[in-house]
Amino acid sequence: MTLLAFKKHSVLPGFGLSLGYTVFYLSMIVLIPLSALFFKSATMGWTQFWTTVTDPRVVAAYQLTFGASLVAALINAVFGLLVAWVLVRYTFPGKRILDALVDLPFALPTAVAGIALTSLYAPNGWIGQYLDPLGIKVAFTPIGIVIALMFIGFPFVVRTVQPVLQDLELESEEAAACLGASRLQTFLTVILPTLIPSLLTGFTLAFARALGEYGSVVFISGNMPGRTEIASLLIITKLEQYDYAGATAIAVVMLVAAFVLLFAINLLQRWSSRFATR
Amino acid sequence: MVTVIEKRPQRREFWEQATTEPAWLRWVLVAVALAFCGLFLVVPLVAVFAQALEKGWELYLASFTDADALTAIQLTLLVSAIAVPVNLVFGVAAAWAIAKFDFKGKNFLTTLVDLPFSVSPVVSGLIFVLLFGAQGWLGPWLSANDFKIIFAVPGIVLATVFVTFPFIARELIPLMQEQGTEQEETALVLGASGWQAFWRVTLPNIKWALLYGVILCNARAMGEFGAVSVVSGHIRGQTNTMPLHVEILYNEYNFVGAFAVASLLALLALVTLVLKSLVEWKSAHPTER
Repeated sequence: MTLLAFKKHSVLPGFGLSLGYTVFYLSMIVLIPLSALFFKSATMGWTQFWTTVTDPRVVAAYQLTFGASLVAALINAVFGLLVAWVLVRYTFPGKRILDALVDLPFALPTAVAGIALTSLYAPNGWIGQYLDPLGIKVAFTPIGIVIALMFIGFPFVVRTVQPVLQDLELESEEAAACLGASRLQTFLTVILPTLIPSLLTGFTLAFARALGEYGSVVFISGNMPGRTEIASLLIITKLEQYDYAGATAIAVVMLVAAFVLLFAINLLQRWSSRFATR
Repeated sequence: MVTVIEKRPQRREFWEQATTEPAWLRWVLVAVALAFCGLFLVVPLVAVFAQALEKGWELYLASFTDADALTAIQLTLLVSAIAVPVNLVFGVAAAWAIAKFDFKGKNFLTTLVDLPFSVSPVVSGLIFVLLFGAQGWLGPWLSANDFKIIFAVPGIVLATVFVTFPFIARELIPLMQEQGTEQEETALVLGASGWQAFWRVTLPNIKWALLYGVILCNARAMGEFGAVSVVSGHIRGQTNTMPLHVEILYNEYNFVGAFAVASLLALLALVTLVLKSLVEWKSAHPTER
């Protein structure tokens, strides 16, 4: 009887087995290990936790991580929208290759991306050699961090905006033109508002991914404490010094930020799916 | 009559203008998009192969005869050979429970399955150090029983399984939800057993999404860096996976060696992209073979 109240009746078999296994495996691999982080930080005490996370070096790492992630996600939102638009609306040679290539940052290991970008933007690299005489230093500065974060976050915006753009009805654009709107007005007042939820979702996904990124950033950042040291790297540094408590405290802050973003993404997706069915 | 015929081309022009941009703007937008993707996606990819081959093929190939490089490749293959099947079984079980049945807390469970995606790689490694490390919860018991997890292969496998946890499940759940339960119910009514319904009805319906999930899961399992870096201990020739070996060689200024191993991983990424496009095409055209 309790099972009936918990689940709707179904003739399909295997509910108990599949759900039981799912919950067991989820607990063993994800929930119990994750809870270890919170228990560990709970044993620290509030003052120790607070002094760790407000240490100037840690605060500088947080500021850099959040700042660079924000800038990278904003740039990705603009260019991601552009690429999604071009892929959905226009035909041009190489379109299918471009479409496949958008996912490259998902498939390319982050360490490979990291060393490739570093060698490109180093002062003697393919791109760096042209920027260096102009006084623009990219590798081993926050600009390099932003470029690495742009690389890994790029597909998120394209892949969330693209399907919504594909489902968009042309009739509303025709109606806008009939009513005398210019193409720019139509884009700004008819198309863009329906894209906002998915664009925001893509932006948030890219931002969340950038916050935790490690592999592509460590090579290009130069890792100078207080200047180009990101939060993920600081966690590893603390671990290498066997400062488990310090590493945990920094990690808890990052994890809470990630959970807040996850919650926001869920809300945004619900919002954008409402738009999609219209 | 004459006026109507004259107006026709103008009308078509009007509708075209209503739903697209002038040609010059279209080409400018395409050019900007191509330039952006060229600069940020293609150039880094080309750079990997160019740097690997900078000193010629001989030196490139010699990088793979190095014993440490070979053990790194073997370890990477071993880790993904464990992580992918384990998450495959989980993905199918989770998708079956979530997509085919209605129960309380279903949305919450779906969110939990996605959880590892929002945990940063370094934190994913850290949680296993806190559990199994020398100062961790189970650390004293493990060392008393002479069982190593952290700074050894089991830790690398665990961290990889965690990081690649949701890949297959999240490909299957939306598809199986869309497909509903009618076909399986029909099979059961016609006398099939539960397993027969799964093998003969469900599996053929989800095979492309399943393959897609496996491809993505494998790419991440082989390429994972942050989480594995925390738990591996970087013991050369023992606990170094390919991405970690790339880091070590790079930090030793052995750029040819680093980019040679990296080029294998980049090839893997390219194969992944091609397979992914194929699978997408297949699932969009299910009747063609």
